[in-house]
Amino acid sequence: MSTSPPPFSGPPGGTARLELSGITKRYPSVVANDGIHLKVAPGEIHAVLGENGAGKSTLMKIIYGAVQADAGQIQWNGREVVIANPAEARRLGIGMVFQHFSLFETLTVVENIALALDEPFDLKGLAERVSEVSQRYGLPLDPQRLVHSLSVGERQRVEIVRCLLQAPQLLILDEPTSVLTPQAVQKLFETLRRLSSEGVSILYISHKLHEIQSLCHSATVMRGGKVTGTATPSQETPASLARMMIGRELPVCAVPAFSGEATPVLSVRGLSHTPDDPFGTALKDIALEVRRGEILGIAGISGNGQAELLAALSGETTGPASTVSLAGTPVGHLDAGRRRKQGLAFVPEERLGRGAVPPMSLADNATLSAHGQGLVKHGLLRPKAAWAFAKTCIERFDVRCGGPGAAARSLSGGNLQKFIVGREIMQQPIAMVVAQPTWGVDVGAAAFLRQTLIDLSRSGVAILVISEELEELFEICDRIAVLAEGRLSEAVPKHQTNAEKIGLQMSGLFADAHATDREAAHAAA
Amino acid sequence: MPLLEARPTPSAQMRLLAPLIAIGLTLAVGSLLFLSLGKSPVEAFGVFFIQPLSSGNGWSELMVKAGPLILIAQGLAVGFRARIYNIGAEGQLIMGALAGGGVAIAFDGVDAWWVLPLMVVAGALGGALWGAIPALLRTRFNAQETLTTLMLAYVATFTLSYMVNGPWRDPEGMNFPQSILFGDPALFAPWFEGMRVNASLLIAAFASLAFWFFTSRSFLAYQLTVGGLAPAAARYAGFSADRTVWLSLVLSGLTAGLAGVGEVAGPVGQLNLNISPGYGFAAIIVAYLGRLNAIGIVLAGLLMALLYLGGEAAQVALQLPAAITGLFQGMLLFFLLGADVFVDYRLKPRPKPAYA
Repeated sequence: MSTSPPPFSGPPGGTARLELSGITKRYPSVVANDGIHLKVAPGEIHAVLGENGAGKSTLMKIIYGAVQADAGQIQWNGREVVIANPAEARRLGIGMVFQHFSLFETLTVVENIALALDEPFDLKGLAERVSEVSQRYGLPLDPQRLVHSLSVGERQRVEIVRCLLQAPQLLILDEPTSVLTPQAVQKLFETLRRLSSEGVSILYISHKLHEIQSLCHSATVMRGGKVTGTATPSQETPASLARMMIGRELPVCAVPAFSGEATPVLSVRGLSHTPDDPFGTALKDIALEVRRGEILGIAGISGNGQAELLAALSGETTGPASTVSLAGTPVGHLDAGRRRKQGLAFVPEERLGRGAVPPMSLADNATLSAHGQGLVKHGLLRPKAAWAFAKTCIERFDVRCGGPGAAARSLSGGNLQKFIVGREIMQQPIAMVVAQPTWGVDVGAAAFLRQTLIDLSRSGVAILVISEELEELFEICDRIAVLAEGRLSEAVPKHQTNAEKIGLQMSGLFADAHATDREAAHAAA
Repeated sequence: MPLLEARPTPSAQMRLLAPLIAIGLTLAVGSLLFLSLGKSPVEAFGVFFIQPLSSGNGWSELMVKAGPLILIAQGLAVGFRARIYNIGAEGQLIMGALAGGGVAIAFDGVDAWWVLPLMVVAGALGGALWGAIPALLRTRFNAQETLTTLMLAYVATFTLSYMVNGPWRDPEGMNFPQSILFGDPALFAPWFEGMRVNASLLIAAFASLAFWFFTSRSFLAYQLTVGGLAPAAARYAGFSADRTVWLSLVLSGLTAGLAGVGEVAGPVGQLNLNISPGYGFAAIIVAYLGRLNAIGIVLAGLLMALLYLGGEAAQVALQLPAAITGLFQGMLLFFLLGADVFVDYRLKPRPKPAYA
């Protein structure tokens, strides 16, 4: 890892680049920001640290003009301003790189950048400026390439370059590393440090403690919409930061050994599939095997065939019978409902709209996948049975909600995930496929979910987890494979590999080496 | 910048109240309309809503009109819950009427109890088959049912026109485009002397009960609702999207076909070009006005039937144009959709100017 930055000392007595005082934003059911104070000096890399739901994103949207605060002042270079909309923010010199990109896949890099500019431009001149800026900050990018051919990391560069073209004085990055390999993270940090040395202030939103420690000069920690502290990250420990962030120690999972016989349960052989979506990723000759009592992890960055593999496993897309088998029975040709009857449970990445129907009650959502558990008889619903099922699930899996009658969309991400995982477990599966188990889930619920999965596997269930969070995979999995560009690497026991090796595989080592070559050529130019 | 933002939790009470608000707004704007035409609103509403119900025959006519509207809307609502938009029920009604009428013409002069039941079955099948065509096009070629159902409604209209101008024209009908008048074995007998209300109303009543049970208790209806609310969740659960399409379109075609037979074997008594005053289209409004709920649809169907009667009365008593019925129907749907928008969304407060 790189060296920690020194505590930041701005020009003494200088004006802050950005100063927020008493920023408050109330939504009908929650106070997202409650009297927030925050000060960023010119050239400072300032972390905003907090769990999901702490109010970080709302605060950033207020700074970027996408949301209006109910109360409080914003001072920009010593002058009080009201930022009515993002165009206003850009005019002031505030740029923002969102967690989810807004790029048109069928347009080139330079065309995408042109679309976001507020002033007139000519495409040729703009392309030159893009090349120039991207080289100056170590963000190699070919302006004429179509966006759909770019990797996620390259797409992020487009977003960053788009901001840099407007010569911002403040750059906001929202969870920028969730889509990057460990190697790409280091490259991004170099760019950010260079920007900082040129006087650009950076607001860096994250919940990853080690990143903040290696990058940021100072940190503001938020919890439940309030600032719970400020810190100099390099002088803190991950444990002390975590305490400020969640109010207690970071929970750790217990991983006992499995004592039963590790027979294969879920196996995939020769699975190739070209999706209907022209921008989807084709799966190429996937093979894997998950045994009783183990958790197999699949690492990789979303967009490398994760969605396609999940659909092929769950039965949302079907293929030749022999490609997927469950306890020795070929099921590749069966739809999701039939595979479920054979003992396959599935927890999708999208909770609202896929794992659960947002406006329906939890009791009704129990019927969605657990209808085979006596919740339907002779083609008729049994509302009382569904209610009882949901109630048991809520109690057993510690789902905090208004009861079985609560609408799925009224639950927080973590609680809804606990309900969905619980609903699947209560169907007593022999194999379970879980996508991004703790995505957008607070630390406490994430620990509970991870422990639940470990315990389930040790009871003899074969579990396959697809996740972007490498740390999570190393914590709960027995073996790890990498999915990159539609190909799956051999699964390796986790103590025989490390984040560095997995990261290299994630960037497509075994498939497409020319992308790295191209980048190297760019960097050399 | 969008003017509306989504409400975090839309109110369930307001969703039920929305039809009443829409009715209120329709009456208010209707008053302005009458005033601008130089009519007293009080008198006009008396003619529109009170006068039609001041006689036994008025109530009979209300039921004659409400029956087909309710029957069709019950079938449409099933599809609408699944977001399968059949807007060509008018065509399915006509095909049902043609099939049923064809039976009546083929067995003209046969005095047997089974003629009418056979007509009903044929009508149901005719409508269901006409609904099956868009289902096939959607599931095989992904052709949007919104377009195909509407286009097939025109095909049905012209088929009817061809049949009553050609093969099935009454030879003694002075060249009018109409079939022979059906004999008694091919007609629903009126319940009361001199009134048109008849046993076909029982079909609508039975259908309302059946659909109430189906939508509130059956797993199949649950699957349709999930498919409408969250298509990805339906796929995740393994519910068949194709089955949803087939069921929605065939079922709504079937009820529309039944309504068609009810007309030709009831008030109309033959095949001609005026078998439906747009019941198939008005039923779309009925379904939404009734909140896609079986009981709500019965109430909405009665209101819509009253609008038809009131429009007729207004033509006679106030010399208003026939378009008045369509105007009221249109306003009602417009205000209902508007009210629904405000159940789900609210006006976004305007941000203050750039610099303070």
